[in-house]
Amino acid sequence: MSWIKDIVDPNSRKWEEFYRNRNQCDKVVRSTHGVNCTGSCSWNVHVKDGIVGWELQATDYPELEPGLPPYEPRGCQRGISFSWYLYSPLRIKYPYLRGVLCDLWRKAKAEHGDPVEAWASIMEDEEARKSYQQARGKGGFRRSSWDEVEEIIAASSIYTIKKYGADRLVGFSPIPAMSMLSFAGGSRFMQLMGGANLSFYDWYCDLPNASPEIWGEQTDVAESADWYNSKYIAVMGSNPGMTRTPDVHFLTEARHNGSKVTVLSPDFSMSSKFADWWLPTHAGQDGAFWMAVNHVILSEFHHKAKTPYFMDYLKRYTDTPFLIELDEKEGVYTAGRMAKAGDLERYSEEENGDFKYLVWDETSQQPRMPLGTLGFRWQEKKGEWNLQMKDGQDGSDIATGLSLLDGNEDILQVAFDDFSDGNTVQRGVPVRYLETAKGRIAVTTVYDLMMAQFGVDRGLEGDYPQNYDADSVYTPAWQEKYTGLDRANVIQFAREWAATAEQTEGKCSIIIGAGINHWYHANLTYRAGIVALMLCGCVGKNGGGLNHYVGQEKLAPAAPWASIMGALDWSKPPRFMNAPSYHYVHTDQWRYERTSDEARINPVSEDSHITGGHTMDHQIRAVRNGWLPFFPQFDRSPIEAVKEAEAAGASNNQEIVDWTVKQLAEKKMKFAVEDPDAPENWPRMWIIWRGNALMSSAKGHEYFLKHYLGTHTNTIAPETAEEFVKDVKWHKEAPQGKLDLVVDINFRMDTSALYSDIVLPTATWYEKDDLNTTDMHSFIHPLQAAVPPCWESKSDWDIFKGLAKKVSQMAETHLPEPVREIVTVPLQHDTPAEMAQPEIKDWINGECEPIPGKTMPGMVVVERDYVNLYKKFISYGPEVRKNGLGAHGLNFPVADFYDELKEMAPTQKWGGEEYPSLEIASQAANVILHLAPETNGEIAYRAFEAEEKKVGLPLTDLAEGSRDVRTTFADLDRQPRRLLNSPIWSGLNTNGRAYSAYCLNVEKLVPWRTLTGRQHFYLDHQGYIAAGEHLPTYKPKPDHSTLQDFLVTEADENSIMLNYLTPHGKWSIHSTYGDNHRMLTLSRGCHPFWLNDQDAEQIGVVDNDWVEVYNDHGVVVTRAVVSSRLPRGISFLYHSPERTIGVPKSPLRNNKRAGGHNSLNRIRLKPNLMLGGYGQFTYAWNYWGPTGANRDTYIMVRKLKGEPNW
Amino acid sequence: MNIRAQVSSVFHLDKCIGCHTCSIACKNLWTDRKGAEYMWWNNVETKPGTGYPTQWEDQEKYQGGWVKQGEQLQLRIGGRWGTLGKIFHNPSMPTMDDYYEPFTFRYGDLTSAPAGDDQPTARPVSMVTGKPMKIEAGPNWDDDLSGSNIYAANDPGVVKLSAEEQQQLFAIEKMVMFHMPRICNHCLNAGCVASCPSGAIYKRGEDGIVLINQDKCRGWRMCVSACPYKKTYYGWSTGKSEKCILCYPRQEAGEAPACFHSCVGRIRYLGVLLYDADQIESVAQRDDKDLPAAQREMILDPFDPQVIADAKKSGVADQVIEAAQRSPVYKFVKEWGIALPLHPEFRTLPMLFYVPPLLPVMSMNNQGKQKLADDFFATLEEARLPMQYLASLFAGGNEEEVKAVYRKLIAVRIQRRSVTVGDLPAEEVSKACTVAQLDTEAIDAIYRMTTLTRIKERIVVPPMLREQAIEAGMDPEEHKQEMGFGKRISPKRRW
Repeated sequence: MSWIKDIVDPNSRKWEEFYRNRNQCDKVVRSTHGVNCTGSCSWNVHVKDGIVGWELQATDYPELEPGLPPYEPRGCQRGISFSWYLYSPLRIKYPYLRGVLCDLWRKAKAEHGDPVEAWASIMEDEEARKSYQQARGKGGFRRSSWDEVEEIIAASSIYTIKKYGADRLVGFSPIPAMSMLSFAGGSRFMQLMGGANLSFYDWYCDLPNASPEIWGEQTDVAESADWYNSKYIAVMGSNPGMTRTPDVHFLTEARHNGSKVTVLSPDFSMSSKFADWWLPTHAGQDGAFWMAVNHVILSEFHHKAKTPYFMDYLKRYTDTPFLIELDEKEGVYTAGRMAKAGDLERYSEEENGDFKYLVWDETSQQPRMPLGTLGFRWQEKKGEWNLQMKDGQDGSDIATGLSLLDGNEDILQVAFDDFSDGNTVQRGVPVRYLETAKGRIAVTTVYDLMMAQFGVDRGLEGDYPQNYDADSVYTPAWQEKYTGLDRANVIQFAREWAATAEQTEGKCSIIIGAGINHWYHANLTYRAGIVALMLCGCVGKNGGGLNHYVGQEKLAPAAPWASIMGALDWSKPPRFMNAPSYHYVHTDQWRYERTSDEARINPVSEDSHITGGHTMDHQIRAVRNGWLPFFPQFDRSPIEAVKEAEAAGASNNQEIVDWTVKQLAEKKMKFAVEDPDAPENWPRMWIIWRGNALMSSAKGHEYFLKHYLGTHTNTIAPETAEEFVKDVKWHKEAPQGKLDLVVDINFRMDTSALYSDIVLPTATWYEKDDLNTTDMHSFIHPLQAAVPPCWESKSDWDIFKGLAKKVSQMAETHLPEPVREIVTVPLQHDTPAEMAQPEIKDWINGECEPIPGKTMPGMVVVERDYVNLYKKFISYGPEVRKNGLGAHGLNFPVADFYDELKEMAPTQKWGGEEYPSLEIASQAANVILHLAPETNGEIAYRAFEAEEKKVGLPLTDLAEGSRDVRTTFADLDRQPRRLLNSPIWSGLNTNGRAYSAYCLNVEKLVPWRTLTGRQHFYLDHQGYIAAGEHLPTYKPKPDHSTLQDFLVTEADENSIMLNYLTPHGKWSIHSTYGDNHRMLTLSRGCHPFWLNDQDAEQIGVVDNDWVEVYNDHGVVVTRAVVSSRLPRGISFLYHSPERTIGVPKSPLRNNKRAGGHNSLNRIRLKPNLMLGGYGQFTYAWNYWGPTGANRDTYIMVRKLKGEPNW
Repeated sequence: MNIRAQVSSVFHLDKCIGCHTCSIACKNLWTDRKGAEYMWWNNVETKPGTGYPTQWEDQEKYQGGWVKQGEQLQLRIGGRWGTLGKIFHNPSMPTMDDYYEPFTFRYGDLTSAPAGDDQPTARPVSMVTGKPMKIEAGPNWDDDLSGSNIYAANDPGVVKLSAEEQQQLFAIEKMVMFHMPRICNHCLNAGCVASCPSGAIYKRGEDGIVLINQDKCRGWRMCVSACPYKKTYYGWSTGKSEKCILCYPRQEAGEAPACFHSCVGRIRYLGVLLYDADQIESVAQRDDKDLPAAQREMILDPFDPQVIADAKKSGVADQVIEAAQRSPVYKFVKEWGIALPLHPEFRTLPMLFYVPPLLPVMSMNNQGKQKLADDFFATLEEARLPMQYLASLFAGGNEEEVKAVYRKLIAVRIQRRSVTVGDLPAEEVSKACTVAQLDTEAIDAIYRMTTLTRIKERIVVPPMLREQAIEAGMDPEEHKQEMGFGKRISPKRRW
């Protein structure tokens, strides 16, 4: 073949050096991507000529056990495009200040000299204040200097503290795990000042409430390698093929090892394409599918086959054998509260007897009180909080009965809600009668209630379906109406699922995420799936369990990190608040909501004092009763409150608290939440870092612009709450522009930066040192500076350190002496406050006494020392040495290791004391690594020792083999390190075993942190019973007419109404990467709006046409992607576009710039998720509370008229 | 026998998630320059779809590859030397419309915009003209868009199907897609090499990597036309053409090519194949349907003592022969026969092979009832993409080639289910293995290679023996002493 030339001769190939030269680089530095991505991929950043050239994945993760595919490479198209940002024109290189404010400031500064006075002069001039607020987001940035912007921020902070109180300062940064020190720097600064830090997990609607409901756990999941152990995987509400890019190979590889993968998804997604089955269920209806699956499993594998593995599992690890009281009202029985041991004569002397619960012992044919329930957790005598089925009184074995079907004393007809039909059905349930202190009561087991709830015909009287074809709630035939899936497929799925679980002892799993979790009733959908897992013994098993992957991003070394992050090494309690409530209240989104609509979305009784009323009033009750935190706290400064108390004669902290309680009880003092629109209750200064709080996460973005910022907005929604609210004070005019100062710390000019007053240039993730972990794998590895921070940028740690210094300097004039203030704190999960409120009683109505920490929030008087704020920031404080570390109700001593840090690492000396130094980020990293059970083997051993004392069973064997492990930041540069076993977490990593949640509980009989210590099918809380969510159930997807999306928006023949979905996409992680040149080139050069081809045809839209998408909340203008990959009736705008990149103006809204995805929604909070004060339903930050649901939204779409106007 | 070594690849499409990490790894390293913006040496396409450049598979339009002229092979674009006549006018050359007009955004405006009455936004602008533009095409425009009546329906493979087959495809069109990454195939019978009037394109003797000599290229662009895969690109800034270099600088350092290294779906395998170069011409002339088998035949067994002896005689180094023995590509292509060449009927003998994708069955209560497969896993009979479509991609239209692969992939899954769960009937398991003609040893090897392998097993870079290559021109010790000093000279540019 003469024309094909093979050339060997090197002389004619000298030119090949051309490409060799490009490939050669000067150094390679290990780093990763620091925010908002669960990937936690270790990267090699290539530096040439002092410039970052490109990145490629590290492939040197430690090996797992033989037989598991390795973790390499990890890193996706988004991550590998990151190097674009460093030198791009989107990069923020210098501090910027809004021009209008800049002029005002320089003038005021010249006039007043003193920066705080200068700031005050602007704040107290309403016109001046308005002038720069109205300029927000409209260009006109002025380059400033660090000195100037630090001075403004410090002046604003001190002005706010003095005038309103520190709880009017607020900080937000999302999901810390990916750059935990960068997060911690800001929150440490904020907490030392006394400001509030907002949660993120629930706000992003990524907190799966079903997890706390069922397991008492925020979230714990398997690492992705464990998917390979699973033999049957159901994927729903998650598109791992698109969004779990570094992990999804485990899913495809599992298939080639004989696992079956089934995908539930309305669209033909990237995950559907490699599944064995694609089940195209209707959007948001997965719950109906699982309810019917559970019906089949219970009928065939439980009732008929009594599968031994399943029965045994339920008895040991779930609440199914526990006894539930049946309440009778006008002849109708309903499921009530869990039967209490303390009500029985036999157990009446028990400590915490009302929080110890009963099962039926088949040997003695008596109710018995097993170990491990809530009362055992918090009693004086330790070592009885475990899952052994022994009687807590005499240690005798209990032969647990699941059902009372054999040997019942009676069959009672019990009423069950059918929300799908707005109906109740009555079904026979076997009962026993107990003689109790309150008389003779009928009880049944959770298992029997489940059988009745799911309609399993066990030959009992009542409204039971006769077969799968009956159109009766939860049958396979019933679900067809909601899911569109054929009943035969549901039956086949259920059989394969349960048979696989039986054969493999629990190797069935669910991969789930935002596609489910962002719906209003997501907690119910999750529960429906989890029920199928628990019924088949799949939780706490390798290859089994619920694998929720959205937003969680496990921060592994949580205990020492939390001490730095919350400045708990200096003072407690921190001011941590749930962001959904914060923004719902402060952005005034509650003003746009009607109770009548909410009641249809969440069909609960309006007559019940527990469930009735406006969401805003639920919010107020939750704060008053200590269920949820709220900041600002009171209608006055918390510093003033202390002063007033002292003026009234209070001479110590207790008396200050007593005085405050009395003021509240006498309604002389109000909670700020009762009147959020009063100026003294507004948030005043907001610092945003590591996130895009004004766009990407701002559900109800247009309301943020209106009420927080006071700038232009595209919302046209009318206010509708006035006639529905009771407890909140209504102002005729809602305030606009509540915030005095918005500060954004960023490396790219995103929407939040664009709308802020001050933009601080931060180091990118290739320019700073930090730590990174995830739940997707079990390693810890670093971010490191491949090059120094570019231009004038600084790392987040150093930025906050600089702010701390400035505040300290300014405090010498303005706050020279320590000040005392009062901090409110809600009833906390993993504390005895879980026993605070077994009944809902409102002290405000005189139903009980106002008792802090019991019937209302706890109150603590703390001292702030602003002059020493900087010194405290850079020093690891003494409280850790004194009190030890811990999490989840566990505490272990670390004093010797604290002292060791002083020996081996730099220290800070001041005030006659010496402290481990936190001056630079890598020092903080080493403190964390040295004190965390996950990275220090001796601390792990010690933590298990402490857990042993509580549990009373051996656990230290889990740490014995790794006691000599220590980890430093330099070690992580060499290679990612695998995390050690730790009682802070529930999976086991020993010898390369893949981490799977709750294996510790199942294998070592450590209780879950719930009422019974077991996994809960039944949610025993008055509020849950009132809402009809005590048993797993189905509530229908809200109808668009109830959603208030179109009160003033009108349909016309040129538009079509669609359900508006914002799933995670392919070309961005939230808003990051979505604006970079690589991702925009590989997608459509915009964030397009996806719709079905027939829907598009109906409105005359063809692919790539400009469209206008709108409702009352706002408007989006973008180009369309037309595809029959989506079914009719739904639309996608992949989360989350910036309004800064190629967004034209909207003809519909006066030719103003159109918005982003969050312009089309409004926050909607589910009231029963605000409950608290009992068992697992008590507050912890990012653990409990209503979430920012956004899927239940409808939009209109039409072709853009004319050419886009820029 | 004229035995040569060829660095070859396998892409396992069932594992491909269409993430494009590979594309960006390549872009970052090689084509992030002015004039190279539109060069995607590595791209990923959604199939069915029109691809990049659009409808590249349509050789009626682009005139790429080879055709048989009696007993002779000829470039479709013209006779062996006939291409010269098209230097100044080549109507089959793809234009910017077939690629896309590279675009960017005025990002800087966000920071520098003066105070106004509305929010600034970064407008899209052309990277060619610098002027504002409407973005109407991109290198991955129909991503995830199967089911589109604009893109999928114009896939040249779909257009070629019979009316009945198209009907079948579009009856289920909503639910069909897979991803197909493409790089230069480093063909044995490369059209680009043959077409270059300047003689600038060559295969490296030691590894078969096809390169365009940047000193010799005169920018005639005949390679752009002649490559049926459209994997050479003309650099509008330098006036030279460039293409995938299979990251030879990385391979010379013992590292995987960037796109292989970064493949997070772990779908990519690389290794050396030994082949008999004397057979190229005859194999390239076989009938379309026989091409996959014929190409397999010319790949030689690196364990065969005769092959080893002949290879040594042909100058193949011992270390390279050892690398060929560890080559995963040999196993996929030759030993197991589950990887096929892309469009063998273009007759360039591409040395990148694809394991075709499995696709799901679906269930829906949609105008009647559709039931899921009775079988635990989907069977071949329920495949939702016409076999003919896949056969036209990977087997010159030979359905039996594709079916044979699927029988094996399904047998592996069934056997592994049987081992790890044990809930399938024994007859079903043994029947699947028999039909697939796989023994359990082979199944075990396939499943391990597909799932468990580490990067060094997936990507077996042969030793490039640089000291020996350098020695032919200068003393390697001298090279060591001097390397890095002096000014590097970029290739001479034409304009």
